[in-house]
Amino acid sequence: MRDKRITRRAVLKGLAAAPGLLLLPIGPIRPAQGEEAAGYDWTKHYWGYAVDTTKCIGCCACMRACRAENDVPKGHFRTWVERYRIRLDGQVDVDTAAHDDNFVFREVEGDVAKAFFVPKLCNHCEKSVCSQVCPVGASYTTKDGVVLVDKKHCIGCGYCIQACPYGTRFLNPETHTADKCTLCYHRITKGLLPACVQACPVGARLFGDLNDPNSHLSMILRQQRYRLLRPEMGTHPKCFYIGLDKEVV
Amino acid sequence: MDYVFPNEENVIWTVMIVLYPYITGLVAGAFIVSSLYHLFGREELKPVARFSLGSAFVFLLFAPMPLLVHLGHPERAFNIMITPHFTSAMAGFGFIYTAYLVLVVLELWFVLRSDLIARAKGKGLIAFLCRAAVFFDLYEDDATRAVDHKIVKVLAGIGIPMACLLHGYVGFLFGSIKANPWWSTPLMFVIFIFSAIVSGISVLIFHYFVVSKINGWKVDIPCVRSMGKYLWGFMIVAVSLEALEILSIAYKQTEEWDVLSRLIEEKLMFSYVVLQFFIFSLIPFFILAVTALFKLSDRMANALTWIAATMLLVQVLLMRWNVVIGGQLLSKSLRGFTSYFPGIWEKEGLITAAVIFTLPFGILYLFHRLVSLFPDVEKTRVA
Repeated sequence: MRDKRITRRAVLKGLAAAPGLLLLPIGPIRPAQGEEAAGYDWTKHYWGYAVDTTKCIGCCACMRACRAENDVPKGHFRTWVERYRIRLDGQVDVDTAAHDDNFVFREVEGDVAKAFFVPKLCNHCEKSVCSQVCPVGASYTTKDGVVLVDKKHCIGCGYCIQACPYGTRFLNPETHTADKCTLCYHRITKGLLPACVQACPVGARLFGDLNDPNSHLSMILRQQRYRLLRPEMGTHPKCFYIGLDKEVV
Repeated sequence: MDYVFPNEENVIWTVMIVLYPYITGLVAGAFIVSSLYHLFGREELKPVARFSLGSAFVFLLFAPMPLLVHLGHPERAFNIMITPHFTSAMAGFGFIYTAYLVLVVLELWFVLRSDLIARAKGKGLIAFLCRAAVFFDLYEDDATRAVDHKIVKVLAGIGIPMACLLHGYVGFLFGSIKANPWWSTPLMFVIFIFSAIVSGISVLIFHYFVVSKINGWKVDIPCVRSMGKYLWGFMIVAVSLEALEILSIAYKQTEEWDVLSRLIEEKLMFSYVVLQFFIFSLIPFFILAVTALFKLSDRMANALTWIAATMLLVQVLLMRWNVVIGGQLLSKSLRGFTSYFPGIWEKEGLITAAVIFTLPFGILYLFHRLVSLFPDVEKTRVA
């Protein structure tokens, strides 16, 4: 019969091992959950996005499509369109289609020299500062280059919202977690386009695989001149802006 | 025309996040006062040494409260320790906080052990709790007391860098957010540490006078004088750093100054320039200068020190407000500002803030009922 006495040695051994138990929960950060389609291989793609500001007509179909597709709460935006009107005297007038995802008619005082629309969304930065600052790893970048939020893990501290230089994140009032554009991850992993790209009637929004040199996006980026938003932030955005005016931040 | 990104209409970090660095600042400051006695042998601070350590402890207990109220999912708060993401400065919070709490509890235990033993020798529930607190070991003599004293000294020594880390870390959280030009400065770390010390000394002076008045005790004059001088010195450094930060940006006239100058002029003129700098920094500075440099009657010097300390408590609160809220009023579009004022009854409103801030004083009172925080106080009625 085995000796079941508790010896001093056994107790000391147990005590020595106890601190190790504390380390058990500190495991690797959980990968994306429930967003990608079954059978999708995220190592084979590297998604990017481009906005051709010379084409956007400000119809805001993209905003409405995004809201419908992703159930975005009213008053919050995963994507939006900005309207710039630059007067002859250099004054810049900017507003957005925040009213029911439509622009409201509003006159600008003085003569307008140039006017254009700029769609905005998460830049899915290569060095995403939002993922960096998330204290629990709920904000993360997938292997195919998409920045996502794990809603089941996010504690709703708002640090990522403060850290994003582009103002593209918000605290979802229904889930109480950080929310943002996912590039419609549930669609793109099935081979579909993001809803905003699908809805754009003029091809101002472009989406594609940067790993594939023959993708439409890769070719456009080879041929066209483009700019990034706030490159001085060092975030290396993967949303490329064609024909962007210097006034746009 | 002003333009704010559409997701920035609401301020994310509310008055709760103003309160959080304010309370941790009180912790760090109060702890440093206790260490001035325990570690650096400033004997004149003995009358408030225990009180300051006790204050640090109760404020530390309540420091995470505003964070828990603020979190979208407070039930997941421990994720920060279970799955820490160490590229984030915030991931250190759970560990820094816990380590510091353990240290303060340990130091407090060694400081109070003799008193707990004395209370443990009686009868009743309190005596039983005191016996449990000293692990039913009621033996003590000069040798054990000497060991306790030595351990307290070591813990106080470790505690100072930890207090700086706990609070400097909060400053770092803000200072490292490059997206926000109002926050993004390496000076933030240092500013937070010094303002913490100012608020800690201030709350001790404020509270010591109030407690003495209520109980009819005579305040210890050398102690109050010394705290007044420390307060004067630390507030000079803190306010100078706060001023330096903004002056360097203004002088360099970099791109960000365009929008920051507008932020100050349009949104923070009253709370930042008028209140924080002119009223609640300059006036206490002159008051403390007068009490430090001129020979005044005790009564007058006490009154002036208390007024200055109370004003500096408000100054640090204003500083926290202007940093936390001020930074969020500025849109990342760099073209406009939003606005914020907390509601009274809302979840993250003024009543909640007042309750969270008041509770530590209540707990401190109960704590004092258990073990005296002013063992050496001269309990003579003020004539």
